[in-house]
Amino acid sequence: MEFVMAIVIGILFMAAVYLILSRSLLRIILGTGLLSHGAHLLILTMGGLGGTSPPVLAEGVTDYVDPLPQALILTAIVISFGVTAFIIVLFFRTYGELKTDNMNLMEGNDEHD
Amino acid sequence: MSLEFVWFIFLPIVAAIIVPFLFRAIKNVHTGWFVLLVPVVLFIYYARFVKGILNGEVHISELPWIPSLDISFTAYMDGLSILFSLLITGIGALVVLYSIFYLDRRREKLNNFYVYLLMFMTAMLGIVQSDNTISLYLFWELTSISSFLLIGYWFTKDRSRFGALKSMMITVFGGLMMLGGFVLLSIMGDSYSIRELIANSSSIVGHDYFTLAIVLILLGAFTKSAQFPFYIWLPDAMEAPTPVSAYLHSATMVKAGLYLVARFTPVFATSEVWIWLVTGIGLLTLFWGSFFAVKQTDLKAILAFSTVSQLGLIMSLLGASAVAYHVTGEQAAIFKVAAFAAIFHLINHAMFKGSLFMVAGIVDHETGTRDIRKLGGLMSIMPISFTVAFIGSMSMAGLPPFGGFLSKELFLTSMLSLREFNLFNFDTWGIVFPVVAWIASVFTFTYSFYFVFKTFNGKCQEHALPKKPHEAPLGMLLSPIILAIAVVAIFFIPNMVGKAFVNPAVVAMQAGLYAHPDDIGIQVSAWHGWTPELMMTIGIIAVGALLFITMKRWQKLYDIQPQYFSLNALYDSLMVFGETGMNRLSRFYMTGLIRSYLIYMFFFIVTITTGALFIQDAFSVDMDSFSPVNAYGIMTAIILIIAVCMVLFAKTRLAAIIALGGVGYSVALFFVIYKAPDLALTQLVIETVSVALFLLAFRYLPSLKNHGETRKIRLGNLLISAAVGVTVTLVALSAHSQKLIPSISQYYKDTVFTEAAGGNIVNVILVDYRGFDTLFEIAVLAIAGIGVYSMIKLRLSRKEKSDESE
Repeated sequence: MEFVMAIVIGILFMAAVYLILSRSLLRIILGTGLLSHGAHLLILTMGGLGGTSPPVLAEGVTDYVDPLPQALILTAIVISFGVTAFIIVLFFRTYGELKTDNMNLMEGNDEHD
Repeated sequence: MSLEFVWFIFLPIVAAIIVPFLFRAIKNVHTGWFVLLVPVVLFIYYARFVKGILNGEVHISELPWIPSLDISFTAYMDGLSILFSLLITGIGALVVLYSIFYLDRRREKLNNFYVYLLMFMTAMLGIVQSDNTISLYLFWELTSISSFLLIGYWFTKDRSRFGALKSMMITVFGGLMMLGGFVLLSIMGDSYSIRELIANSSSIVGHDYFTLAIVLILLGAFTKSAQFPFYIWLPDAMEAPTPVSAYLHSATMVKAGLYLVARFTPVFATSEVWIWLVTGIGLLTLFWGSFFAVKQTDLKAILAFSTVSQLGLIMSLLGASAVAYHVTGEQAAIFKVAAFAAIFHLINHAMFKGSLFMVAGIVDHETGTRDIRKLGGLMSIMPISFTVAFIGSMSMAGLPPFGGFLSKELFLTSMLSLREFNLFNFDTWGIVFPVVAWIASVFTFTYSFYFVFKTFNGKCQEHALPKKPHEAPLGMLLSPIILAIAVVAIFFIPNMVGKAFVNPAVVAMQAGLYAHPDDIGIQVSAWHGWTPELMMTIGIIAVGALLFITMKRWQKLYDIQPQYFSLNALYDSLMVFGETGMNRLSRFYMTGLIRSYLIYMFFFIVTITTGALFIQDAFSVDMDSFSPVNAYGIMTAIILIIAVCMVLFAKTRLAAIIALGGVGYSVALFFVIYKAPDLALTQLVIETVSVALFLLAFRYLPSLKNHGETRKIRLGNLLISAAVGVTVTLVALSAHSQKLIPSISQYYKDTVFTEAAGGNIVNVILVDYRGFDTLFEIAVLAIAGIGVYSMIKLRLSRKEKSDESE
């Protein structure tokens, strides 16, 4: 199963990078969303997908799934949510001020305005 | 006697601290009078060493600086150091005396001037007395800095700033190269001490770094001593006040390179590269400087080129003297003469060039111009200046009865003897040396006459002069007169000078060859019979005089060389190229577009990662480690991929946002399938909130546009993103297949109830085992919340907006 997941993650990364390289700011934000999904799944997959029981103590169960990657992903999900929320609002404000979402028009070149 | 003389190096710089206060407090007395005390005291102090050193003594005085790194201020006083120390303080005293009359105490910023000058004096004394290469380098750079400050003394003039910058660039370049050479030396010889390096020279010779160290150290010496092709800073440094030119750019600083070569001769003399470079570059500089000196029309420029030329002469003698390490018997005595001549001419040059600069300054001061085309006929108006200039020039030309004659005879002897040296191809090429030396001497003769007679002889063009010329005050004349007397005196007592100053210096310079200064035993005499040298001198006088008389006719020769084909033009274009080239380079890759920077990053991520995988042969897939394929997993994967494609190809923003939500929910499904209930819960909630947030902002956002991305750009993006995707997949596969150590999770599983009293292992990890992560994750959320709030609430009106509304 890890093989399939590695390919899925590869596709997620590829799509994310493709969107991040585009000129539209909204696409870039969509790309970062896909990128974090890819990263989360990558952590999960690298932890190993074997194991039969969720990591909650239960009578007579010994084969728990590795709990550590899950804890890491949980933290990562929350942080990426915070950042995404911030970026969306930043985008909203940027568009309100600059009236464009074209990254090519937002050149950080202060020599000729 | 040797009690802590290292402290005296710092006397000038300490005195420099009180100079500005004296300048402000005592308005009626020229600050220079107080400053004059410093070099005079030092001169008298150092003069007391002479007698001991004459008997072969050396003195060492150490001031620890960074003992753990073996770096200290170690002053080492031998024949070479004492000679330079006396020159620095002696001519320093005369220059300060001269500057008292040259610089007006009301109009000039004397506090700056004397602070820089005293700083320079410490730096020079430090160079010539340092035994530690690191402290030598320190003082070396201090001379560069103080010289920079002194050249730019009249900082309101463009030419001054240009000259200061140019000299700084070139000498600091050389200084840094020299530091590299010193570091290599300390690696080879395992010491920072020059004495120990000389003692260890057998381990240095033939080392891998040996030739590199020679080239680097010579770069330092050649830039400082204005050798070809680095001499170009010296003529531009003539924008400095004349006392500075006289002191720094004729008598002391430019001799620092010569000192360096002389000091390191015992270490490097065994090398062919050293002998050829020092002798060859010296001779080339000698010829080049003397040839172009005749072209100049500015008095100080003539002297600058003449300094370059004379420094080349001394440099070539230093190179020839290194030959003494290769020969024995009678031949060795010949190259002993070269060493003697180098030091002897160094003394002569300091004397006559100092006096000539001072005279040029006097002429400038009293007539208002230094342009030789406007000058003439000052002989009767300024008789004393003329006499001094005449003595200096004739000594420079190498005529009797002046000191320069003796050193030039010795020079010719040494150059002639290079022919007989039959190592390193000198038997075939050696003939070049006396020939070039002779031609250069002819030009030296010509420019010496040109300098003195075009200025003082002929008709006085009083209408062309900005000021009415008259003789300078006695105070100003005092220093050049003293130097001129010395120039004449050296001719009559050469052997006394030789015994007292030159022999000990030669012993220091050719360490290991002589035990005692008296072993040198060279007798200089004004009349040495009908030797080839004398014939050459007669030839020099004849041809030189002819050239001088016919100067008008052949001076057009100089116009053949176009302006854009010169070393100065090369320097200028290098500077321009450095600036515009770097500018263009930055503009090329810093496009200001986020896409470009992202492409750089992704490109390097891909190349470095896959490159490492390839080079380390790290890619491997271990099918056995994989868990069995799960039908639900495959289905979810297909849903996820479809959702991803929808995000990619969505035409409207609503579709894209919903598709992104679809991706998020299928990730949540994955979490369910892979037994991660907490993750699934969180992912569902957060995906819902994110989509809601997207939709909230949605009505204010623009519709999805391509912004004119061409097919080519999209293809490029696709290539890069495909590469990144493949890289991640490869890394994931090979990382999973090569588990080196087992997971630490067994500990959590075993102790979650007994140690932490919990059943949900993930939650216990989050709040108990690894609670700190959670704390700061909370902080991240709080900061994001505050950030969102302040972005929406705080709307400072932009400056442009207020400008527009006005």
